[in-house]
Amino acid sequence: MDSFFSVKDLKTCFGRGESSVVAVDGVSFDIDHGKTFALVGESGSGKSVTALSALRLLPPNGRILQGSVLLDGVDLFEYPESQMCQVRGRRIAMIFQDPMTSLNPVMTIGRQISESLNIHASLDDSEVRRRVLDLMNQVEIPAAERRFDEFPHQMSGGQRQRVVIAIALASEPQLLIADEPTTALDVTVQAQILKLLVSIQKFNGMALWLITHDLGIVDEIADKIAVMRRGEIVEQASRDSFFASPQHPYSRKLFEVLPSMEDLHSGAEGSANPLLNVEDFKVYYPIRKGLFKRTVGYVKAVDQVSFSLQKGQTLALVGESGCGKTTLGKGLLHLIPNSGGIVRFDGHSLNDLAADEFRQVRSQMQLIFQDPFSSMNPRLLVGEIIEEGMRTLVTDMSQAERQDRVATLLEQVGLSADVRSRYPHEFSGGQRQRICIARALAVKPRLIVCDEPTSALDVSVQAQIIALLKDLQERDGLSYLFISHDLAVVAEMADYVAVMNQGCIVEMGNAEQVLRTPEQDYTSRLLEAVPKLNRGRAPLNL
Amino acid sequence: MDRWVIFWTDGLVFLLVCAVILLILRIRSKEHLRRPWRKVVTNKVGMVSAVVLGFFLLIGLADTIHFKPILDNSQQSQNTYSSEPISLFDWWVTPLRIREEKTYSAPFSWRLYAKENIVSADGSKIWGYPRLKYGAAHLADPSSERSTDLVKIGLLGAAKGLVLFAVVVAFLVAVRSWRTKAKFVSSLAEIYGNRSGVPWCAMFTTLLILLMGGYAIAELSFKYHVLGTDKVGQDVFYQSLKSIRTGMVIGTLTTLVMLPFALILGIFAGYYRGWVDDLIQYLYTTLNSIPGVLLIAASILVVQVYMSNHEEDFANIAIRADTRLLFLCMILGLTSWTGLCRLLRAETMKLREMEYVQAARALGVKNTSILSRHILPNVFHIVLISVVLDFSGLVLAEAVLSYVNIGVDPTTNSWGNMINGARLEMAREPIVWWSLAAAFLFMFALVLAANLFADGVRDAFDPRRAQ
Repeated sequence: MDSFFSVKDLKTCFGRGESSVVAVDGVSFDIDHGKTFALVGESGSGKSVTALSALRLLPPNGRILQGSVLLDGVDLFEYPESQMCQVRGRRIAMIFQDPMTSLNPVMTIGRQISESLNIHASLDDSEVRRRVLDLMNQVEIPAAERRFDEFPHQMSGGQRQRVVIAIALASEPQLLIADEPTTALDVTVQAQILKLLVSIQKFNGMALWLITHDLGIVDEIADKIAVMRRGEIVEQASRDSFFASPQHPYSRKLFEVLPSMEDLHSGAEGSANPLLNVEDFKVYYPIRKGLFKRTVGYVKAVDQVSFSLQKGQTLALVGESGCGKTTLGKGLLHLIPNSGGIVRFDGHSLNDLAADEFRQVRSQMQLIFQDPFSSMNPRLLVGEIIEEGMRTLVTDMSQAERQDRVATLLEQVGLSADVRSRYPHEFSGGQRQRICIARALAVKPRLIVCDEPTSALDVSVQAQIIALLKDLQERDGLSYLFISHDLAVVAEMADYVAVMNQGCIVEMGNAEQVLRTPEQDYTSRLLEAVPKLNRGRAPLNL
Repeated sequence: MDRWVIFWTDGLVFLLVCAVILLILRIRSKEHLRRPWRKVVTNKVGMVSAVVLGFFLLIGLADTIHFKPILDNSQQSQNTYSSEPISLFDWWVTPLRIREEKTYSAPFSWRLYAKENIVSADGSKIWGYPRLKYGAAHLADPSSERSTDLVKIGLLGAAKGLVLFAVVVAFLVAVRSWRTKAKFVSSLAEIYGNRSGVPWCAMFTTLLILLMGGYAIAELSFKYHVLGTDKVGQDVFYQSLKSIRTGMVIGTLTTLVMLPFALILGIFAGYYRGWVDDLIQYLYTTLNSIPGVLLIAASILVVQVYMSNHEEDFANIAIRADTRLLFLCMILGLTSWTGLCRLLRAETMKLREMEYVQAARALGVKNTSILSRHILPNVFHIVLISVVLDFSGLVLAEAVLSYVNIGVDPTTNSWGNMINGARLEMAREPIVWWSLAAAFLFMFALVLAANLFADGVRDAFDPRRAQ
């Protein structure tokens, strides 16, 4: 029997002539009615380009070289553009990764959902409104009546993604393409959106083409899986057989690099003099109102947080976005002014230090950022970037010594020494993160605050960076304050875990203890939401 | 030594040239600074524009070196100098400068544009178009001989241009082959085959057109008024060429005045926020709400009054005109920094939240070096773009200000003054179009070349376009 949707021998390239790059190279697969097909791969493997090619939505420099895309046996590539418009949205709908950018900020939610109704069906106003409210209820947006006239900025990320899904569902498509639908969302929200997608799929009987890098998600909802690498599908199998025994070495590697929550660390008992001791730390933002900007209240971003971190150990700060974990990290490094609390570093109080005195302490405490693309000045050479801290904090080094140290550092983080005279944009995300680590290490710190250092990276790169951080910790006895929302990564790294919610630490303790036997509801909710590999056991029952 | 005269604007232009040369030397010594410029020189449109700009620059610089010419007084043993300084360029094109007709004449014409009573040799009076004193004066019967004469002189000039072109190219190729230690012929073949990366072929073609056309017109301009004459009989071609300096001085010196204000205040406001920001915002909002034209008019009037009260310091017309030009640049600079300042403030506010700035702060880098290492290079493209856009804007602003008589001195040659003079004649029948057309043509060429070159520079410096 012919499949309802099939892609045959698709080949797409970007650019022309000698400089053209083949992004998708002979990809074929089928999707059946009402089934979920997952296309898995790392960034740059050509997953999204495959979807865009199938919908004929490639950017101007992209070209489809060969292949066909059959929808109910008809080749979409033979349709004229006007007919293709009918197919897009009406029969195939697509949702994108970032709900922030896929909604128009100056249109109300109701109008944006009704827009796709108006184009694809002729309905009168009251009918449209009823349909829109139906859809909003279907995607479980609470208080739909009120939300109808709200703007995207008034909603949370998860709510926005629901709106995007509602827009996609408006014309009752037969196939929904979801391109990384949950990547930009918190774990708990991610789980809700996945549940929603599965239930809608059951209800409508549509096919779902899921594009993701997250094997956990795939395991929970996919029926059929294809693994993509460098534009080619290296393995295609049903969910059960794929998770039971992945055939291709690359698929096996994907499983290997996956952080597991199996073996957890349990940090040693706290000694008498911890490296970092924080008591009642606060970061408040004043709310100012009126003509004279009188302070009428405070937003308590970090509220009375206390913890201590031992030498050579890792404390993970876990929580959803907006819980204040990043603010806490930056507040400790005096990058954001704090509103009180006692911070002791290696027994010395950092509270009463003047700006100049604090500069001396900076070499002891460093920072690694989440986004490897914005954390380096694009106009400086890699060498200059790494040298910067040495210039300001280690003043007694000669130019030659600094050069030597840059070379050693680059080797330590697994890069060759001659990359120093190149610019940051010439490197991939993982390489950039390595350079950022080298920059932090340059001043020989004892504490590094890692602010989501792996969340912008692919799984395999993520595993390498984690391994690197662990190596460095073992060798130099570094302490990490590891800020993350990803519990799987935390489980891999942390000796201690502190769970934050709304500016407060709600639970803290040994990694083993917190992740295995959480005491707080909030912690258990976080843990439940993490997509887990069932390895072919019973699929998620929703 | 009284011979050489350096006006204020001359001095500042020389200073600017020195600064640019120093900058080039610095860039040459740093590999990573050279890299984007190497990309600039591979940009075809940019390099063609650069050749055109170079032509303008050459004329403008030649017009910036002033000296007092020796008066022709063979009786006296000692040389005496004229009190009115002229520029190197003036000296070079002396025939153009001194050959003034009575009034308007059309381009390449042999007679005036207005009818007059002509007293012929036999004493009879005719009402007709008199012959020009200089234009086509070498021809006995211009109406029949002129076209062949034009072609002859033009071709001869073009041929000389070709020879000059060959010399220039031979020199450049020789320098290049000496530097790359290649054989002259192989270097030439490389250029001809476009294998060197630099679009030499396009550049040489532009140069060829410029030299041949330029030489032909230069030759013609000694026999004819190529672009006609204006109301008092001055050669319009000469005026247009002289205006190049005025335009370039206004475009560059104003920027020089404006940049420090815009850069320092904009970046400080964006980076420090708080009361610094409030103060700077207050300053530029206030300045912005004063009508610029009024401010310029007031200060030009003040300068004029000052000059007439201190006549001993402003002995001749040239000094007065120069002082006025300088003050125009300064006041234009003072009124025009607010736009760029606002842009820079916004960009800095964005950049200061970037993670690399935070990383620098975490590394204990001082504010001043964060500003100079992390903020300044990352707002450079905005500065570059707005400086070039301002350059064209300022050349045009000069025209507008001259129109309301608060621009450059009426005795200074400028495109604005030319347009101002031509505007009354637009209503005349038959129309006097050449002053306006000439000013437009030269302004257009300069502004277009500057814009295209800046485009190339911006593309090369934008790291996101680097791949």
